[in-house]
Amino acid sequence: MLLQQLVNGLTLGAVYTLIALSFSLVMGILGVLNLAIAELFMLGGYFGFAAILAKLPLPVALLAGMAGAALVAAVIEKIGYQPFRDAPVVTPMLSTLGFSIILQNVATNLWGSDPLQLPDEVLAARFTFGPVSVSAMQLVVLGATVILVALLAFVVQRTSMGRALRAIAENRDVARLLGVSAGPLTLVAFTLSGALAGAAGVLVGLHYAAITPYVGVEIGLKAIAVMVVGGTKRIWGALIAGPLIGVAEVMTTAYGGSQIRDFVVYGLMITILLLRPQGLLGGARTEQGPRV
Amino acid sequence: MSGNREQPRLELSDVTIRFGGICALNDISLEVLPKQVVGIIGPNGAGKTTTFNVITGAYRPSQGEVRLDGKAVTAKPSHLIARAGISRTFQNIRLFGEMTVWEHLLVAQPHNEFPLRRLLPTRWANPQALRRAQEVLEFLKLEDVKDRAARSLPYGLQRRVEMARAVTARPKLLLLDEPVAGMNHDEADEIRHLMLKLRDSGLSILLIEHDMTFVMHLCDYLYVLDFGVMIAHGRPDEIRTNPTVLDAYLGHAT
Amino acid sequence: MMSTYYAGLLADVGILLLGALSVYIILATGQLSLGNAGFMGIGAYLTSYLTVTTGIPLTLALVIAAAASGATGVVVGFPALRLKGIYLAMATLGFGEMVRSFFLNFDAMGGAGGFHGMRHVSVAYIWTWAAAILLLVALLERSQVWLEMRAVRDDETAAGLVGLNTTTIKVGSFGFAAAVAAIAGGLFAHHHVYIEPGNFSFERSIDFVLAVILGGSTVGAGALVGALLLVMLPEYLRFLAEWRFAIFGALLIAMLLVRRQGILDRSLFGVFRFRRSA
Repeated sequence: MLLQQLVNGLTLGAVYTLIALSFSLVMGILGVLNLAIAELFMLGGYFGFAAILAKLPLPVALLAGMAGAALVAAVIEKIGYQPFRDAPVVTPMLSTLGFSIILQNVATNLWGSDPLQLPDEVLAARFTFGPVSVSAMQLVVLGATVILVALLAFVVQRTSMGRALRAIAENRDVARLLGVSAGPLTLVAFTLSGALAGAAGVLVGLHYAAITPYVGVEIGLKAIAVMVVGGTKRIWGALIAGPLIGVAEVMTTAYGGSQIRDFVVYGLMITILLLRPQGLLGGARTEQGPRV
Repeated sequence: MSGNREQPRLELSDVTIRFGGICALNDISLEVLPKQVVGIIGPNGAGKTTTFNVITGAYRPSQGEVRLDGKAVTAKPSHLIARAGISRTFQNIRLFGEMTVWEHLLVAQPHNEFPLRRLLPTRWANPQALRRAQEVLEFLKLEDVKDRAARSLPYGLQRRVEMARAVTARPKLLLLDEPVAGMNHDEADEIRHLMLKLRDSGLSILLIEHDMTFVMHLCDYLYVLDFGVMIAHGRPDEIRTNPTVLDAYLGHAT
Repeated sequence: MMSTYYAGLLADVGILLLGALSVYIILATGQLSLGNAGFMGIGAYLTSYLTVTTGIPLTLALVIAAAASGATGVVVGFPALRLKGIYLAMATLGFGEMVRSFFLNFDAMGGAGGFHGMRHVSVAYIWTWAAAILLLVALLERSQVWLEMRAVRDDETAAGLVGLNTTTIKVGSFGFAAAVAAIAGGLFAHHHVYIEPGNFSFERSIDFVLAVILGGSTVGAGALVGALLLVMLPEYLRFLAEWRFAIFGALLIAMLLVRRQGILDRSLFGVFRFRRSA
């Protein structure tokens, strides 16, 4: 039973990891909390659904979700971030909030607020490994996450673009002096983060075989908690915090009741903010951010 | 140090500050007497602003004490040190956002013990604040710009507003960090006269400056810092010809 | 005689006004709180408990709930001192969610099923409170303490050095704001006569912030403009009813782009300008 919960928790954690990575790409590099990521997640799910309903194969659906979300993310970067890049970081955060409100409304009008369901559950085949039963979809979620994270790691650590992103994260002004121009790179950061959120959306949508315009909200807030716990400045903190919180949430639900799980998750987030604001994986305690 | 029996207004004894491996201030002792204008000079990075930060409680010294009129104020919370009578201005002017000049003078009033005075509209409940603000406004000749946003004023006026804010609460000691930086000769002269007026009204002034002419014409006493160490102190005419001081400045010239 | 429908709208404006004011009060010190719905929830549940279970009259219950919530605000305000900007915003977001989650589990007051039994209260009563608190804030804005709050927001270090106790000011603002939000909650509970944890979610906190940012974030009356806008505008754009959220989102972005301080600001409000000297 415990092992089963562990597997379920890891699956949830994988999704959290993807979305938390999405948040922390933008937060770590630009210091902005992109509140529209929750809706990018939701939109990715809908795009993926559309692909599946059009009988396209799963990888194509995944790509469709990622591409669609990435495109919207690029639009947000142009309108919702660029004009505010010199303002206090709370301003672009509020503008992404505006986008999040718009996107949710658009989705509700396009697809209705009732859950959109898949005719049959995709990849419902279950495999049994000893005491644990895993569905093929769960395996896909875990596998896709691993692949996406590996791809992201490659981009961030091994490409010159990734190096430039890390340079800006370290120190924006110095990066500019060294010839790294921030403009196109923030677009890259936003697009990448959109793609990740979109991927998570497709995976979750397929996993539950249903999607509503409201899926983004709760999971988005939780993903913020994951990002904080892992370390907002160290994007890889999400790799640890994601599974950690996913498992914690599933365990709390299983043994404590589903209602207190939110309490636990946000309590953890606040504790980290107060006691170790750099997160579990963060290095030395750095400045906690500019004023409002 | 200056050979008086008079109780110094400000006294630093053996103040030392270490940041990691670096000793920013090493065994600094200085004093400022009542109604005295004292200057701290020295090459860039000598620790002058750090000294100010220790006095205002921003930094806690690893060793040493700060005393105001004999009472220890070392590393007390900044607002208590301000209320005890120490005010300061900053190297890069720090004014309040969109506030007008008038509002700067109102907010810097001597601390009012009666919460009601602070909670009720100032126009009705606190006439003495209005009177004091008007007084300072006139003293520093800022009447014309009273309702302008302080940040929108030309540089020289901004410095005067900062100074006005610092004197509103009738401090005992005024710390001025490069008060005439970037000013031309006439503007600096005006500030110098202002500071003499303030001194005569009972204020002690401790200032950091790079403008040697200004310093020499104004200060009663000088302390020279270099690399966090006090390398010399004395009257301006003594310091002007002090070989150690000249060495320090020349040594730093590129 | 006002129709029930319009009375309901007006009541919503009053309640949203109070919630928006609670965000405005904290914002005046430079802190952004995304969790004030939590304080509203505390006020709603506590007031309802007092009137329904112990029979205390509503006005007294509101005062007690405001005081209790204010104390909670002070408790929240202290750790908030350690956080700035977005980190503080996230922590307050977490706080709001924790309060909601708490009431979800609080079966003594209905848990997820909600709580009811409150006596319905009139629009006039709601607006007595709303107007009184708006007036209080307007008076405070002309006081020394509000200048001190603005100074803390503009430059905390310099504020300390003119003798301002920035801790008292920042923590105090949380306490005061929490009390105001609690009253919004209590009035909400007794107007809708049924409450559930979902009423005090992140969306509610965002409504408050939206009202302040749109209506005017530098004057208290901006909260009134924002509340009117958020409640009344959809009524006039009935034909766009399905898109009203998108419109508010777009309005928010447009406002941030074009007029960051919101609709109302101090210069528009020039008649009551602070600067009049004795």
